[in-house]
Amino acid sequence: MGLCMTAAIRLKLENIVKEYPGCRANDGIDLTVGAGEIHALLGENGAGKSTLMKVIYGVIQPDQGRIVWNGHEVQVDNPAQARRMGIGMVFQHFSLFETLTVAENIALSLPPDEARNRNQLNQRIREVSERYGMALDPRRYVSTLSVGERQRVEIVRCLIQETTLLILDEPTSVLTPQEVSALFATLRKLSKEGCSILFISHKLEEVRSLCHTATVLRQGRVSGDCQPAEISATDIARLMVGDDTPISTQVTAAKPGATLVEIRGLGWKSKDPFGTSLSNVNLDLHKGEIVGIAGVAGNGQDELLKALSGEIRSGTGTISLEGLNIASLFPDQRRKLGVAIVPEERLGRGAVPDMSLADNALLTASGQGLVSRGLIRSGRVRAFSREVIRRFGVRCTGENNTAGSLSGGNLQKYIIGREALQNPRLLVASHPTWGVDVGSAVAIHESLVRLRDEGASILLISEDLDELYRLCNRLGALCDGRLSPLAPTSELHIEQLGQWMAGEFESGEVAHAVA
Amino acid sequence: MELIINVLAATVVAGTPLLLVALGELICERSGVLNLGQEGMMLMGAVAGFAAALSSGSLLVGVAAAIVAGIGMSLLFAFMAVTLAANQYAAGLALTIFGTGLSAFLGAGFVGSSIDGFSRVAIPLLSDIPVLGRVFFDQDPLVYVSFVAFAGVALFLRYSRGGLLLRAIGEDPEAANANGLQVLLVRYLAVAFGGGMAGLAGAYLSLAYTPLWTENMTAGRGWIALALVVFATWRPERLILGAYLFGAASILHLVLQGMGWKSSTELLAMLPYLVTILMLVLLSWNPARTRLNTPLSLGQPYRPGS
Repeated sequence: MGLCMTAAIRLKLENIVKEYPGCRANDGIDLTVGAGEIHALLGENGAGKSTLMKVIYGVIQPDQGRIVWNGHEVQVDNPAQARRMGIGMVFQHFSLFETLTVAENIALSLPPDEARNRNQLNQRIREVSERYGMALDPRRYVSTLSVGERQRVEIVRCLIQETTLLILDEPTSVLTPQEVSALFATLRKLSKEGCSILFISHKLEEVRSLCHTATVLRQGRVSGDCQPAEISATDIARLMVGDDTPISTQVTAAKPGATLVEIRGLGWKSKDPFGTSLSNVNLDLHKGEIVGIAGVAGNGQDELLKALSGEIRSGTGTISLEGLNIASLFPDQRRKLGVAIVPEERLGRGAVPDMSLADNALLTASGQGLVSRGLIRSGRVRAFSREVIRRFGVRCTGENNTAGSLSGGNLQKYIIGREALQNPRLLVASHPTWGVDVGSAVAIHESLVRLRDEGASILLISEDLDELYRLCNRLGALCDGRLSPLAPTSELHIEQLGQWMAGEFESGEVAHAVA
Repeated sequence: MELIINVLAATVVAGTPLLLVALGELICERSGVLNLGQEGMMLMGAVAGFAAALSSGSLLVGVAAAIVAGIGMSLLFAFMAVTLAANQYAAGLALTIFGTGLSAFLGAGFVGSSIDGFSRVAIPLLSDIPVLGRVFFDQDPLVYVSFVAFAGVALFLRYSRGGLLLRAIGEDPEAANANGLQVLLVRYLAVAFGGGMAGLAGAYLSLAYTPLWTENMTAGRGWIALALVVFATWRPERLILGAYLFGAASILHLVLQGMGWKSSTELLAMLPYLVTILMLVLLSWNPARTRLNTPLSLGQPYRPGS
């Protein structure tokens, strides 16, 4: 039995150290994954998870430490060797080629002799994908696949190579709840057949329901090993962030004031045949409250945000800000009136990746005395930027860092801070904590609540129901471009909200009627 | 009828150097590397081929020298653009300027010399096909080489694993690296193939088309080839069409001149370039198909592991 146990250890890392200039990304990490074990790797952004995965997958070489694979010490020189050993990896940003078909993508990572007979390969792809409940047509071009289907291609690509350790990097962040449960079923089946799984995630509840064991990293070191099903999510989060960081916000009750925004009969027709149109959206927002909009992605959230920001101006209906109809105003005009927007995509829409934080501040905060007669007052820009960094606890070396060099959570803190420091009257935030670590998420929530208490009106669009219930005093849902009625959070059952998300409501009534 | 057959046969001849250099550049660009040095590599191929053939007395030695010269030039480019990840546009332009100057310098002593170039070899049976036989199969050996190269490139891209690797790396070198593919090696090979083909195209000019050496004898064919590859949307079957179209237009301007067309020769000489570009612009009017064949990483330097 004892012999059996040692043989069942698939991967053992001992004292892995990887140093980058200025930071020790991995500082003596030990990790053991047994055969057929689903092992979670947890940690905040920057804790060293991705560095460790790259070491295992041979993308980078550790400075120190031993990698023991099936009882033998090995050196993994490159990903190709890792794959030959039986290690497969599903990346967060997929490593698929869009202009190639599913079969061609898979053929690329197989040894040449296995990939030669295309019909045989197609057959194998169909077999493997059906066996694990992930239907795939090998002849389709990847560019025509949905995000969930692309993930299947990556997984099938690993399975077809007889992978015995499958590494998944944040696999659920792009999936709908239904797709997540399908994925988990597949992973459990694989685990029963003896395949080990290394599962990297932020979502503690998912880890608790799926994983047998977990290793938690903090600042490049192992801060704890646990069996996630046995301990609470709070305890795991405590291991991730340490003792000093608060894990959740105590949200005080809102004291809503007078009505700030009245949206009446807002409609917009999408020109894209696959796009979502908005129809007859009615919504009131009061000063000093956070209103939440739930919904499954692609049901008009993005369109609603654009209609409020001024990126969409061709719609029908009115948006009045204290009596002034702003529906036809341009984004910069709305901004001058105190409308601030935090879009879903941090890089590319919320911030320009290649520009410094200071320059990114200038993009939306130019009205704060940062520009004089068309010339940039760079001293003030830097001062403003430093103020955001200080007040909102953005971790970076200074305002000259490029936006793209910050982790998601830090950049989001910066973007929210940039908007908050301009004292907006209305803030519209879309998925502000998507892909953000626990510590940053708490900081972002606190910023929003503080802004609310200063009298701003906040519209929070999110798919995270926990977040919505915690922060908002009224909630509604978007479905197919229609807005449900709104109800006070304390009186709204989650089942009721779920029905609204599925579109079961009478649309068109004035949403504030319930409030 | 005889005139038409002669014109068509001349069309194939005139299109051949363009086809050769463009096939090389197509492979190079499919790997994501844009080499603007075609003109310089062709000129180096032409002068090296001519000099080697003249001194050795063997045309085959000339062809081999031209290919080696082209590859040598392209490796210079590959070192800058692939190994050092320098700006591909700048490195390519530098190569053209360098090649133009160097070939003029090396070739100065050969101006005015002449050799017996490749002569036509009719392929038995195939050349007996009415019209087409005379047009395609009663040509010099390098024309047949261009046919083989065309078929090879087309089949390679569509059916071989190497072609798949090439397309994948051209689309997304980062993802290719994550998949364990040898991005730099494949790009080196692609650039070297492009160089060899450009050298061969140069040899065609100085050993077959007009068996002599004059300074700048490529007359912008390297640039036309670059445009050809883009407007052919990186597909060999369109490339061959474009190359022969260019050949036809260049023959047409000679025929028109011969018929005493009253127009300035400069305007007529412009015709092949104009016609080729116009036709290809019209042909590449399908965004969906174009999207599938465009190497997305084209022109972007790539450093592994950054």
